[in-house]
Formats: sequence, structure tokens, C-alpha cells
Amino acid sequence: MPLIELSGIRKTYGQGEAEVVALAGIDMVIERGDFVAVMGPSGSGKSTTMNIIGCLDTPTAGTYRFNGIDVTSLDRNGLALLRRNHLGFVFQGFNLLKRTSAIENVELPLVYRGMARAERRAKAAAALAQVGLAGREKHTQAELSGGQQQRVAIARAIVTEPELLLADEPTGNLDSERSREIMELLVDLNRNHGITVMMVTHEPDMAEFAKRQIRFKDGRIVSDEVRP
Amino acid sequence: MMSFATTLRMAYQELQRNLMRSILTTLGIVIGIAAVIALVTLGQGATASITDEISSLGRNLLIVAPGNAGKGGPPQAAAPFKLADVKSIERDVSGIVAIAAVSTRAAPVVLGNNSWSTTAIGADANYFAVREWPLVSGRAFDEGEIRSGKTVCVIGQRVVTEIFGAQDPIGAPLRVGGFPCTVIGTLSEKGRSIIGTDQDDVVIMPLKTFQRRVSGNQDVSLMLVSAASAEETLKVKDDILALMRERRHITANKTDDFQVNDVSEIAAIVGGVTVVLTAFLGAIAAISLIVGGIGIMNIMLVAVTERTREIGIRLAIGALEREVLAQFLTEAVLLSLFGGLIGVVLGLSLSAAGTAILNLPLLISPGVIVLATLFSGLVGVGFGYFPARRAARMDPIDALRHE
Repeated sequence: MPLIELSGIRKTYGQGEAEVVALAGIDMVIERGDFVAVMGPSGSGKSTTMNIIGCLDTPTAGTYRFNGIDVTSLDRNGLALLRRNHLGFVFQGFNLLKRTSAIENVELPLVYRGMARAERRAKAAAALAQVGLAGREKHTQAELSGGQQQRVAIARAIVTEPELLLADEPTGNLDSERSREIMELLVDLNRNHGITVMMVTHEPDMAEFAKRQIRFKDGRIVSDEVRP
Repeated sequence: MMSFATTLRMAYQELQRNLMRSILTTLGIVIGIAAVIALVTLGQGATASITDEISSLGRNLLIVAPGNAGKGGPPQAAAPFKLADVKSIERDVSGIVAIAAVSTRAAPVVLGNNSWSTTAIGADANYFAVREWPLVSGRAFDEGEIRSGKTVCVIGQRVVTEIFGAQDPIGAPLRVGGFPCTVIGTLSEKGRSIIGTDQDDVVIMPLKTFQRRVSGNQDVSLMLVSAASAEETLKVKDDILALMRERRHITANKTDDFQVNDVSEIAAIVGGVTVVLTAFLGAIAAISLIVGGIGIMNIMLVAVTERTREIGIRLAIGALEREVLAQFLTEAVLLSLFGGLIGVVLGLSLSAAGTAILNLPLLISPGVIVLATLFSGLVGVGFGYFPARRAARMDPIDALRHE
């Protein structure tokens, strides 16, 4: 059973004359252990697809199966629980909580899982160590560089050992050196920890790190290549 | 699922991060709760002090007086009571511990160069028992003195100060009106009555002496009846009413030309008025609590807007709607409960200071404190719910994109 199975996914906004088609029928299968880079110009539907796969948005039509579960039949709480238990997110804007230490940021998903404090602390510290931030646990957002903030965000995404890591332009706000480090981290997570990664990017250099590249245009998939 | 302790700690940390804002936000609740507690405590102190003063007239006391003031109908010239009325009540009404016949008239008292205008009271030995009024020196007049109408008197503390100063009054030949009267005792201090008259400004002599030397008639202006117990008071009152109607030949269709007043009843009525007043003041103060609640709602709405991205992050990583709701609601309730507790402390301090200044008893009722604290929590829930729901209902994508 594939991890992700999209068939005939449509997403439209508005009605009748004013109808805007964001996704005009997407079919996609992603297997466990894959590393997919999603590319395309802005407005091509890549972010919308990402949001639907991330259970943050629901399609207007079509079916989405995650791990065989029909996601389109889930309500708001069901979607939240799926995100909590199976997904990890990394955003372009890092999105750490302000005035909150790195370790508290990383702990947050475990808090919602109801994990005991001591266990939470240990796991969060391990995740921070894994992204190379051991010793920075007490630093707040303001005391960390952009690259470090994104590492904290990645630590937060992987601390729950998710099946799928969704990264929305994770290097969009970073210089090329930092970007490469982040990409190497994602490759490592994919290769050595078995986390399926799906990444939206518009930088071809970054897409080169992925095993598979999917291109979007006008709400459709125009190419889907597996790198040799 | 997030535990309650975690929710609580998270809310506490958030409030601590914005400590100054948190303190200012709770100010409205602090003032509201403090005002409610201070006003209610002061009101209760005033009520207790007033009912105490009324009760200082004597316990289970009935005052039988001629006239129909305050009973409706045209005022009637009412005949005063006579000693025979006193005797008949003593004989025919059961459940009475003591009955005192009293007559009063303003009279000047003179000793040497000192003079003072006071109230002369003619009474019998029962008077002191009925009014529960002990002597501090000397003695009360005895049966022989009462029967023969000897010129002896017992004086109140005000008269002692005005006429005798530091001198010992016992045995002094005090002139009351026109005749000399030997002081044989002094009364303990009783303070002001509820209508403001100085109860210690009296000179008390046997009724017969009073009738012969001061008033010149056989009238009794008041009868003070002490019932055996609070339960008996009502029966005694009814019996006296019936007996007096009969003796004064009041037919069934006529209204009484005298009254029998129950002191505890008066105390209850006056007490009731102040209780209503207290409740009214408390209610006004409670309005400020609502204003405080609106302050909390306002700040929570600002906080929810400010923290839109945070809410987006929480939702994205899998927070349930009800968990976000609980988080913001907990913050609001903590704020208002915190304000409530400070308000209780402040209110109690104000009460202590106020009662000390106004010379009232400090009666702290735990009920008001518990109620005020509960109410402050309720204000938090009431005014925190709307902002919290707004946070919980946010769309995660929009919230994450919020700048």
C-alpha cells in the first residue's frame, strides 16, 4: 500500500463565472521512503497540493488516501489527529513560537500527544542533537540564526518520528551555504531514518537533492521524473 | 490529549511572559472584587452595630406606649396608662419575667454651682432588670423606698461626668427639679440609642417619687415588659394587646390607641433595611466586575490576533480545536481568578481599615469571599470564551500566513 494516493483531486474557489481552478485533477502516488521535490511557478497548485497532502486543506473533489485511510471523509478533529500522529511540517518562515526556547518549541508536538514532561524533554533534546543544535536548547528565536531556526523547526517536525515530512520551501529564506546544510539534513533523515520527505521548492539546485521531481503548471502535473 | 496540568502551566507561562500586561488587565477585576468585599463587609458591620444598639434596650423586650403613631389613621389623643394597668398585666399575663412602669420628663439637676439639663425617669426596681442595665457603684432603690416614694435616685454616667466630674456621687444631695434627692447608685455606660439620644443622660428615681415631686400626676408613660423567652414574646404581646383593649374599652371595630412594640422586631426591620442597602451597594460594585471582564475580553482578543501565527503552528502540528480553546480560556480564567484573589486581599484590607475608622465591628463572611472568587472565575469563563473560540476556529493555513 503506498503512503500517499491522490486520485482526481480538484480544488476550486468561488462559483460559476468567478470560479478559480487551483487544481484541475491531480493523480499522484508516493511510496514510503521516497524524497519528492515539487516544483512549479507560483499559482501552479504546488502549495495547494502540499496543503491537501498535509491535511491542512480539503479538496473540492477526488479522493486522498493516506496509509489507506480515506482522508477526505475526516472532519476537522480527524485531520488534526492525523497531522499530530503521522505528519511533520517545516515552513519557509521557520514559524517558531516567539520568546520560547528551542527545546520548548521542539517539545510542542509531544505536548499535544500527552507525553510526560521528562520523556518529552529527553526526546526534544535528542531531536535537537540530531539537527546539530546540542547545547542550544535554551536559546530563543531571537538568539538563533536563520539556519539554526530552520533546524529547530526540522527538529520539531521529526521529534514525533513522523511517516511523512512536509517541507514548504524550507530554504526560501536562507543563503546557499545554509540551504545546502538544510538539504543535507533532509537527505540524511530520508536516507538514514526512513522518513518520507515531500518538499516544495522553486530552486532547481535544491530539487537536485530529491530522488524524484514533480513539476506543476496551471493546476496540473506536467512532469514526474525519478532521478537516476 | 494534553493534560490539564500542562494546559495550566502553558497558560501560566504565557501570562508571565506578558507580566505587565497581565497585571494591568486584571486591575478591573481586582477593583471590582475589592469593592464588593469592602462594601459588603462594611454593610454587615453597620447592620450588626445597629441591631446591637437596638438590642441594648433589653432582650425580649416589649414596649407598651399610649398613642397610635405610625399605625395609620388619624392621630388620637390617647390616655396615659395608670399603675393599675401595670398591676393587671403583672397579674393576668403569663410568660413575663419583669414589667417596669416608667414615666419620663425633662428636668434640670443642680449640685452647688454645677447644673445640667437631663431626663428624669420614674421607675420601679424592675427597670434595671428589664433593660439589662447593671450599676457600677452604690445600689438600686429597694421595695421600701419604692413603696414610700423616698427621694433617692440612681444616675447615668453622663450626669456623673457633667455634675460630679471625678467626685464620688454616692450620698450627694442632688437637686432634681425643685427637690433634693440623694444619689444612691450610678449606672454603667450604655451609649447612644438608635435614634441618637444619650441613654446615659438620665436620673432615675422611684415612680412614686417621680409622680409626687416631678410630674404631679399618676400617669405611667411607658411600660417595659420583659418576656421569658424569644418564643414567648409574641404570645405576651398578643395577651397585652387584648388586655389593654379591654381595659381601655376599645370595641372590636375601633383601632388601638396604644402600641405594643417588640424591640427584636424593630431590630429586624432596621437590620433588614441595612441588609438591602448592603446588597444594593454590592450590586453596584459587581457592575465594575463586568467592566473588568470586558477588559479581559479586550486583551484576550488582542492576544488572539497577535498570536495568530502561533495558533496556526499549534493547529498544524495537530492541536485539536478544543485544546486551543482550552488554552485561551485557561489564560482568561487564570487572569481573572488571579485578579479575584488580589481583590479579596485588597478588599479585606480595606474592610479592616474602614471598620476601624468608622468604629464598626469587622465581620468577615467567608460566603462573600468564596462567592466573589467564584464570580471572578466565572467572569473569566464568560468573557474569555468568545476570544478563545475565535482562536480555536481559525483556519490553520490562513493563520500560518498571517503577518
